[in-house]
Amino acid sequence: MNTTHHLRKLFGRTMEGLCLAAAVVAMIPLFAFLWQLFAKGAGAITLALFTQLPLPPGEVGGGLRNAILGTLLVVGMATGVGIPVGIGAAIYMSEFADPRLTAALRFCCDVLSGVPSIVMGLLAFQLVVRPLHHFSALSGSLALAFIMLPVVVITTQEMLHLVPHSLREAGHALGIPSWRIAASISLRAAAPGILTGAILSVSRIAGETAPMLFTAFGNPYQSLDPNAPIATLPHTIFTYAISPYDDWHRLAWGGALVLVLGVLGATLLSRFILWRHQRGLNA
Amino acid sequence: MDDAVLDSTGRITPGQILPYRAEDLQRQGSGRSADRVFRLTTGLCAAVVGALLLVVILFMVKGSALAFRDHGFGFMFSPEWDPTNQKYGALTFLYGTAYTSLIGMAIALPLGVFTAVALVEILPRGPAKLISLAVELLAAIPSVLLGLWGIFELVPLVRRFEIYIYKSPTGLRHLPIFSGAPLGVGYLAAGLILAIMALPFILSVTREVLLQVPASQREAAYALGATRWQAIWRFILPYSWKGIFGAGLLGLARVLGETMAVTMVIGNTPQIKASLFASGYTLASVIANEFTEAPSELAISALISLGLILLVVTIVLNAGARLMILYLNRRMGTREVK
Repeated sequence: MNTTHHLRKLFGRTMEGLCLAAAVVAMIPLFAFLWQLFAKGAGAITLALFTQLPLPPGEVGGGLRNAILGTLLVVGMATGVGIPVGIGAAIYMSEFADPRLTAALRFCCDVLSGVPSIVMGLLAFQLVVRPLHHFSALSGSLALAFIMLPVVVITTQEMLHLVPHSLREAGHALGIPSWRIAASISLRAAAPGILTGAILSVSRIAGETAPMLFTAFGNPYQSLDPNAPIATLPHTIFTYAISPYDDWHRLAWGGALVLVLGVLGATLLSRFILWRHQRGLNA
Repeated sequence: MDDAVLDSTGRITPGQILPYRAEDLQRQGSGRSADRVFRLTTGLCAAVVGALLLVVILFMVKGSALAFRDHGFGFMFSPEWDPTNQKYGALTFLYGTAYTSLIGMAIALPLGVFTAVALVEILPRGPAKLISLAVELLAAIPSVLLGLWGIFELVPLVRRFEIYIYKSPTGLRHLPIFSGAPLGVGYLAAGLILAIMALPFILSVTREVLLQVPASQREAAYALGATRWQAIWRFILPYSWKGIFGAGLLGLARVLGETMAVTMVIGNTPQIKASLFASGYTLASVIANEFTEAPSELAISALISLGLILLVVTIVLNAGARLMILYLNRRMGTREVK
């Protein structure tokens, strides 16, 4: 009796130890990645990285100005379409639509958010690039908008779902028109959560590379024309990473650090907003 | 009496949330036309979302029609991929995607589940929160950057391991899964990257599932004299297996379509090999590599067909997993897990 007791206790401790070991192993990739990123990227962060254009292969120096500005433009245009449409759809789903329609649309969004980004790139290629016969920043933005749309809808709808019904009823009791209830009561109350979701969706598309390959296509020169091929940061990092040139590898790590600081910064910012909001609600 | 629902400052009661005077709201945009316009606009947005799923399916089917017409459904099972001779087959890439995903899930699933157990059942709240934050940040890292790290860190590491196996006196290199030259790039490196990408997802879903296990389940275990591990293994995990299975399906759906990181470390060689160390090719990475250089309409169509396969598989997996979770929740009578 005593020995089995000790045995199962020992076995339990061992398995718990394995779980803790798994938790430690699970953290290794992040820290290994961040370590390399800062070790190799920090040296590449120079003024030239932000102000100069890339040089021809093999030459030392140059920067990623075109790619950084390109990413800002492509992501900016995608956000300008994706976020309003996504929030609008979520408002319709939570304020006006029949519950069965809402459930169906929600299901669509869940499925859409699982569609690989490269497939969305293929869609944008067929919708824009093929009819116009040329690659363009616009087609890249469209692909990114497709990718972010379901994410925005899902987070917004969940946040609107959390707004207590009594608030809306109070609005109706005061004779406020329903559009104003949606905009000034539901949306206003859910704003921090919606903002969090929006920031997360932007940071998710900012690093997208696969759909850029055959939409935005890349461009070694400076371009801000929506109707022309454009360089984006993730795509440039990919091109440089698989190139054989040491100086391009250096630039790739520098660009990677810029991208990560942007993306992780946005993620932490959104968590902070949500945390402050939740603390405000609990207080 | 008009101000009965307003507090002393003239605001609706939860004042921090709604700094409006009711009169202002009533005055602005009165009338039905504003309502109708708003409803119509948001309704259109919702229609866009619904239409997007149909449009993506429609266009992928339309784009791949040429390849399927030319090659028939044998396209799916032909191992040949020879753009110069206009011969296309998906089998090599299906194999590569399946193999790398399998490796990724075989690593990520146990690691994720064990970590989730540690977070929910064993560790105190502080460290648990820190670890889940670290793993969630991992999910925010773009695929292409993990690929960059993969090229310069993971692949050399894998190569060292492969050389170790190759030189090992035990003769492990004669086993089919360890055969071949130690290149570093290949199925193993791609599988490891996929495991890293699937881990945050599996961990967070499993954590949610474990948190939903009612306390009574735990208490019952302890009342019977179970050790903590017995409570976990015999009472808590069996209660959660189905949810964890759903997490695995969703994680798999995510991993299948991963493009950039895999493209950067798999070696991009269209061949079917059993060895973990051999280089291969996946559906997504062949699209990424060859699409802009496709020599003909047929080649483009063949690549879009590969995309269609990816689309169909991910839709089926996603829809299946969600329906299963929905069904399970309804049967257990618990609230829907969001």
